[in-house]
Amino acid sequence: MPHYPQRRWYLPVFLVAALVLLPLSVLLLSWQSVDTQIWSHLLDTQMSRLLGNTLTLVLGVGIGVSVLGVSLAWLTSLCEFPGRRWLDWALMLPFAIPAYVLAFVFVGLLDFAGPVQTALREVFGPMRLPRVRSTGGVITVLVLVFYPYVYLLARTAFLAQGKGLMEASRVLGLSPLQAFWRVALPMARPAIGAGIALALMETLADFGAVAVFNFDTFTTAIYKTWYGFFSLSSAAQLASLLLLAVMLVLYGERRARGASRSGNERPRAQALYHLRGIKALAASGWCLLVFACAFVIPMLQLLAWFWQRGRHDLDERYLGLVMHTLYLGAMAALITVSVAMLLAFARRQAPTAGIRAGVGLANLGYALPGSVLAVSIMLAFSYLDNQLVVPLSQWLGGVGKPLLLGSLSALLLAYLVRFIAVAYGPLESSLERIRPSLPEASRSLGVAGPGLFFKVYLPLLVPGALSAALLVFVDVLKEMPATLLMRPFGWDTLAVRVFEMTSEGEWARASLPALTLVLVGLLPVIGLIRRSAHRPGHPR
Amino acid sequence: MLPRKPLLAALALTLFGGTAQAAEEVVVYSSRIDELIKPVFDAYTAKTGVKIKFITDKEAPLMQRIKAEGENGVADLLLTVDAGNLWQAEQMGILQPIKAATIDQNIPPQYRASSHDWTGLSLRARTIAYSTDRVKPTELTTYEALADKHWEGRLCLRTAKKVYNQSLTATLIEKHGEAETEKLIKGWVNNLSTDVFSDDTAVLQAIAAGQCDVGIVNTYYYGRLHKEKPDLPVRLFWPNQGDRGVHVNLSGIGLTKHAPHPEAAKKLVEWMTGEEAQKLFADINQEFPANPKVKPSAEVAAWGSFKADSIPVEVAGKRQAEAIRLMDRAGWN
Repeated sequence: MPHYPQRRWYLPVFLVAALVLLPLSVLLLSWQSVDTQIWSHLLDTQMSRLLGNTLTLVLGVGIGVSVLGVSLAWLTSLCEFPGRRWLDWALMLPFAIPAYVLAFVFVGLLDFAGPVQTALREVFGPMRLPRVRSTGGVITVLVLVFYPYVYLLARTAFLAQGKGLMEASRVLGLSPLQAFWRVALPMARPAIGAGIALALMETLADFGAVAVFNFDTFTTAIYKTWYGFFSLSSAAQLASLLLLAVMLVLYGERRARGASRSGNERPRAQALYHLRGIKALAASGWCLLVFACAFVIPMLQLLAWFWQRGRHDLDERYLGLVMHTLYLGAMAALITVSVAMLLAFARRQAPTAGIRAGVGLANLGYALPGSVLAVSIMLAFSYLDNQLVVPLSQWLGGVGKPLLLGSLSALLLAYLVRFIAVAYGPLESSLERIRPSLPEASRSLGVAGPGLFFKVYLPLLVPGALSAALLVFVDVLKEMPATLLMRPFGWDTLAVRVFEMTSEGEWARASLPALTLVLVGLLPVIGLIRRSAHRPGHPR
Repeated sequence: MLPRKPLLAALALTLFGGTAQAAEEVVVYSSRIDELIKPVFDAYTAKTGVKIKFITDKEAPLMQRIKAEGENGVADLLLTVDAGNLWQAEQMGILQPIKAATIDQNIPPQYRASSHDWTGLSLRARTIAYSTDRVKPTELTTYEALADKHWEGRLCLRTAKKVYNQSLTATLIEKHGEAETEKLIKGWVNNLSTDVFSDDTAVLQAIAAGQCDVGIVNTYYYGRLHKEKPDLPVRLFWPNQGDRGVHVNLSGIGLTKHAPHPEAAKKLVEWMTGEEAQKLFADINQEFPANPKVKPSAEVAAWGSFKADSIPVEVAGKRQAEAIRLMDRAGWN
């Protein structure tokens, strides 16, 4: 039986878990009746190809983001080379570009009818180039948009590993490469694992980018079942299978995290390795290459489109879109980070089976394709409206109108359900870095309760909480399906405009909202990076 | 103390329930995007003072939302494209008939639901586009002929996941039966010059760039691209003029079953089938007005006149699932 200080965590954790469970139970209830015609059709003609595609994609993106994220984080956080100072933060910028935007820029730029191939044909005559809308193309695009998850978390972990540790490994005769493999990497594993897990969950749930490539994945089948066969229940059944796959990914991540411990030492004031000559050139070149492909080139193409087409759409309603986007992002970030922090603390203070299960459940929302989650939340909310809110309000003598659906709070709750996992990962790994001895010592010095939280934990959690807030903020800016389905009247956002333009195949005109979206998303990215770039003397 | 109360009330309204009531308003859930509907709604508001509130999304989520909201529904009207989608909405039981003589006079019966649950507003043909550099119009005859060996490696198509292609296939099944249609679609797939595209504009651009010679697209996509690049080396061809005619689909609107403002909504729909609105609504998107008394814009008329398939567009909905399964079997992704 858990004792009192543990028991008090149950209520809040279970409330959050229940909120996430609402839409998930909509999915599970869909199994009440199975449409055998659709299922046998899918199994006979589609499934093997879709599963093959999905596995290839997950494997490719997993390897890609690990290699890019870890190598870039290692270089910018432990080495010194020309350009490091600005590449350090610049490499975070691609995070502001939504996957679907990079996809349509990539295809628009490089496909047969695009400017690059057209120019090549004009110079060299007809030629056969590798296909752009291919498995390799999709993987490249997804790696370029999702590597910042790994980069951000790995970078924080490497920076937190502190001066003494790496110097000790150096004194003990490890080469930089050995120190990386045997000390830094194992210690950063929880953070890297969390980053990869986020990237893979995004990959599994992605619909926008794969749709641009017309690359069929398991998620595509979900949408097709819903939008084509109009069988929401079969789509929900497929989605619950996808959820199962994601739970395996998460379990794997947790297992891999295992007993590894992260350190929390004084951060380094200076870079550990000063690269020179060819090594320095290679380091700069690698970082520049990734930055150019993931950010500079797509931004230039968006700017070109903006100049050709997008600028003509600029009108006074635009400011409203930007304000709505910012407001929703900020509110959602605040709410989600607070809730995720509560979960992280609960799991630390009361690691009982019940709490662990509740926290695990609360993290599942991120794993579902956005549209499926959005419609599940919508169904759950409208059920609550019809069964609870309306009768209750009539009983109280009110007008008996639904309150949840179509309200701002419902949309914010939907964001919360979807993005808890995004905030939870960084918070948990930064909480893990706080040794239990620290709060114990504080308590023995008479600091307890709220004081302990505000004086000891919070300052140590600020970097993690900021990362979490940033991730949620940017994710909300990019989020489409829930925003589309549940926004109050008049609450159009930039992502809504991008959806409207791309759904009409008007990629060039989508450049205006897409570009604005990226710029709005960049502000907090830059703010955060500037803050965490002040390495020396920064309180951790 | 007092002045704070309205503020609190306003805050509560924003946070809970965007469902505040105005005297005269109509609420529309639309899968047609903001810029294609707002000018029309603004014109109506200017004329009548009736406010129109709307949200845009894909049709399936919107229909699900109407269904979920049930008796407490907020939406009066569902505005969407493709008869397939409208038919599905009808089957879901989320619409109710509008009986109005004006609508019956304005819109021909093949562009309305026989149940009166919805009415078409604008028409688009899904037709053949060809390269003026590499194809002579005399080489083209019918949709069916695109499956011939003659077009091997020369055809571009959009993804079969798009409802426009599903509706086209559905009408082919209605005409030729399942077995022959499957053979036909396999012929198309076999003639593809490259993987299918995610939108019609990309198909047109591929034809212009020389990746393929012919494709099947909706007319307004051609209109948009042509307006942007007047020297586009692509033109539209009207197939099957000797037999059933060009496949025509529509955008349409239906009254929801539990519409809170049915009378105001009905008036809006009647107005939208009338001449002033039809002109505005069709011209914004370079479509053909569903009301035959209204002439298409000069740009649209320049594509030439054609015989349209007179098959009731509802068929697209009835055979949609069948069409998707067939396209899957034939390897049209």
